[in-house]
Amino acid sequence: MGRLSVDLCGITLDNPVIPASGTFGYGYEFAGLYDINCLGTFSFKGTTRHPRFGNPTPRIAEAPAGMLNSVGLQNPGVEKVISEELPKLKKCFRKPVMANVSGFSVEDYAYTCALLDKEEQVGWLEVNVSCPNVHGGGMSFGTDPKAAAQVVRAVKAVTKKPVILKLTPNVTDIVSVALACQEAGADGLSLINTLLGMRLDLRTRKPILANTMGGLSGPAVFPVALRMVYQVAGAVSIPVVGMGGVSSAADVIEMMLAGAAAVEVGAANLTDPFACKKIIDDLPAEMDKYGIERLSDIIGGGHAWEKT
Amino acid sequence: MTVAENKPLTREVYRMVLKGDVSAFTAPGQFLNLKLEGRFLRRPISLCDLGEDSAAIIYKVVGQGTAQMAAMQPGEKLDVLTGLGNGYDLADAGEAPLLIGGGVGVPPMYLLAKRLRAQGKAVHALLGFNKASEIFYEEEFRALGCTVTIATADGSYGVRGFVTDALPKSYSYYYCCGPEPMLRAVYKTAKGSGQLSFEKRMGCGFGACMGCSCKTITGYKRICKEGPVLRKEEIAWED
Ligand SMILES: Cc1cc2nc3c(=O)[nH]c(=O)nc-3n(C[C@H](O)[C@H](O)[C@H](O)COP(=O)(O)OP(=O)(O)OC[C@H]3O[C@@H](n4cnc5c(N)ncnc54)[C@H](O)[C@@H]3O)c2cc1C
Ligand SMILES: Cc1cc2nc3c(=O)[nH]c(=O)nc-3n(C[C@H](O)[C@H](O)[C@H](O)COP(=O)(O)O)c2cc1C
Ligand code: FES
Repeated sequence: MGRLSVDLCGITLDNPVIPASGTFGYGYEFAGLYDINCLGTFSFKGTTRHPRFGNPTPRIAEAPAGMLNSVGLQNPGVEKVISEELPKLKKCFRKPVMANVSGFSVEDYAYTCALLDKEEQVGWLEVNVSCPNVHGGGMSFGTDPKAAAQVVRAVKAVTKKPVILKLTPNVTDIVSVALACQEAGADGLSLINTLLGMRLDLRTRKPILANTMGGLSGPAVFPVALRMVYQVAGAVSIPVVGMGGVSSAADVIEMMLAGAAAVEVGAANLTDPFACKKIIDDLPAEMDKYGIERLSDIIGGGHAWEKT
Repeated sequence: MTVAENKPLTREVYRMVLKGDVSAFTAPGQFLNLKLEGRFLRRPISLCDLGEDSAAIIYKVVGQGTAQMAAMQPGEKLDVLTGLGNGYDLADAGEAPLLIGGGVGVPPMYLLAKRLRAQGKAVHALLGFNKASEIFYEEEFRALGCTVTIATADGSYGVRGFVTDALPKSYSYYYCCGPEPMLRAVYKTAKGSGQLSFEKRMGCGFGACMGCSCKTITGYKRICKEGPVLRKEEIAWED
């Protein structure tokens, strides 16, 4: 176990840095740029029961210190992911991968997870009940504690792999959703997905995104994400994966102090394809700055002051 | 990369030369993606010309990022991703290819013309602009030995109208880059086969985010990766 290693639901990660779903494809765009085995793991593109093209374009808009996306879960469907993407991935990534799953009904989630459960390389199932870009599914499961718990129970029934529920920030009380997932048997939680936002084109006076609204991510959301990780980690006893705006080694440390056992990095990969590698390389020196011997020692360290 | 030159060609259009490693470029029609101070997303700009250790681009100031670019001075450094996209396939050109460019769709046609001329092809460059004062690169195409036709929407120079009003009678194949209404018009009007280059808002520019997807006859494609150049036969207009 190195200085950077952490445990996530019983699987050891060499470091806590995990490219977030939707910003790393199925890995090989990046494998052509650097050896992606330096990552803790990565979460692959949100996968659904059926293939999806996603939303019409434009799907991308810029924001101050961030971006909006309304990709809408474009993916080839779970069967093709298993028959085509995972075999390709195996050639460039030797670690367990995090399978990100989305659905439009409880049955969808269970179906997709049951198939991915049989895949040896899948280490964790990250169940996304928080996609703001699809209608009649995704986020509607994540905004209602009862619906979220239903998804957890359905997925737990079809898999022995650790199940991590990915939560949406687009709620008034994220802790109640987190607690409902924990109670229903979730092995971990990850947060945050994107914050619902929109931009208008001043010339046309119409929304820039064809889908009208999209999800905000990037450095702009970091304080919101950190606050939510802090609240959730303070309330649950299962591991929390923190994300939202992380773009430096210092951000990783801050997320872990807030209670994250591991940290996902999303939009930063899009503007700098080497972002995750750089963060990992920078971590030891950043830890030295703050007298951190081992990263696993600091998880939740930002809560200690509350008791004094 | 380092800015070596940055000068206006017209009131709104600038040419910038960047020095640095350009070995990732393999074809005309590819693009680069520029990181600008204070802007979160990179700005995709087509490759216009290629030297041994330099790349030239031509861009129009349309918003904050391109305005920032226009203010850059030689010697300033830029973080650039190079060699992006598929580019044009020269193999289909035939003996007398037609190159159609509209506005800032003209720049990628320059390197393409240069390469095709080097192969001894009789290149006809058909360039469309809004008005006389917005024309750039007419002389540069002539200097390559191309036949040049200019169309202006207001008739202030060359043929009055759009590029589709100035299509020559015969050519072996066409290559096209310009705003989407122009691509649609050329697709409908120009006879024979060709390759057309598309623009989409991009999250990454290298195939990771699915921000730039489009439907084609041969399946879903990412404009930044399997594009920006599509063959006429595979285009499926979305509406
Ligand atoms: C493959 C490709 C090649 C291009 N080549 C050229 C070129 O050679 N010369 C040139 O002048 N322009 C080119 N463009 C368009 C150029 O990318 C935009 O004009 C530029 O990004 C505008 O940035 P801005 O900050 O000034 O505008 P803003 O409107 O402030 O930009 C806001 C956001 O929208 C994006 N955006 C705005 N307009 C466009 C557009 N038309 N296409 C894609 N994204 C856009 C920006 O990249 C940015 O993320 C190309 C676009 C693509 C996709
Ligand atoms: C282009 C894009 C696509 C995304 N697609 C997915 C997805 O398919 N599944 C998912 O769970 N999250 C998706 N997300 C959300 C990210 O995984 C992450 O939760 C969010 O962007 C916050 O992190 P960031 O600020 O570091 O980007 C996507 C984000 C972006 C920017
Ligand atoms: S812009 Fe990200 S995949 Fe094309």
